[in-house]
Amino acid sequence: MFAVATIALLVTMVLTLARALAGPTLFDRLLAVNSFGTKTVLLIAVFGFLTGRPDFLDIALVYALINFLGTVAVLKFFELDDPGSVVYREDDY
Amino acid sequence: MLEWLVWLLSWALVLVGSLFIVAGGVGMVRLPDLYTRLHAASVTDTGGAIVLSFALLLQAVFVFGNTIAAIKVSLILFFTLFTAPTASHALAKSALLSGQVPLGAGGEPLLESPEEAVRLATTPVGADDDEDAPHPSTAPAIDGGAGADSTGGARRSGSEDPSPDASV
Repeated sequence: MFAVATIALLVTMVLTLARALAGPTLFDRLLAVNSFGTKTVLLIAVFGFLTGRPDFLDIALVYALINFLGTVAVLKFFELDDPGSVVYREDDY
Repeated sequence: MLEWLVWLLSWALVLVGSLFIVAGGVGMVRLPDLYTRLHAASVTDTGGAIVLSFALLLQAVFVFGNTIAAIKVSLILFFTLFTAPTASHALAKSALLSGQVPLGAGGEPLLESPEEAVRLATTPVGADDDEDAPHPSTAPAIDGGAGADSTGGARRSGSEDPSPDASV
């Protein structure tokens, strides 16, 4: 049962990686990386149940939080001139 | 009887979750636009994660007898449900701010220019509605609905305001 979910997750991760490599814009790649991270969380959780030792769930839990923080940090870096400022760079467009 | 029921339900949940996940992955490759790919990724992040996590919960409680694992799975589900929509929203807004124009069904751009996308992302929703309310292309649609067009209805259609503009 968990083998089916693992195979589905691995296939989807390959497809997502293809989008991350091919994505024409920065945001496509960022979306693919974020989606890949979510699937990694699910894969770690499912793989723990597949091997009969659900002890990897802590790693999945931490990875779920770090994945979100990483995405938002990179987005803020590209959205704002200075990641610490709150002023949109409207003059650049 | 109980283990048979748990077995059947777990299989069903795992199969449905795998279907959601693979569908999202295929959509990530095949859909034509950043904003539509965002939709495909959200299918995987919410639908797949919820259904698969419920399968894991069932297995952890009834097969493994591991309550701690069940609690951790529900925590993972909880955090995923909070972070995935937030990340999608931040990504869409950041893309609009950088001038990414959404494409329509026929591949035509829905906004006139990248500046229009930036304006859409920077103006607050309420101010945008007040400006567009007397627009000739949107006025008949508002009148066609029930006469009491509340701000909630106008706010809901705020994200689709540019499409009538592009068709004119």
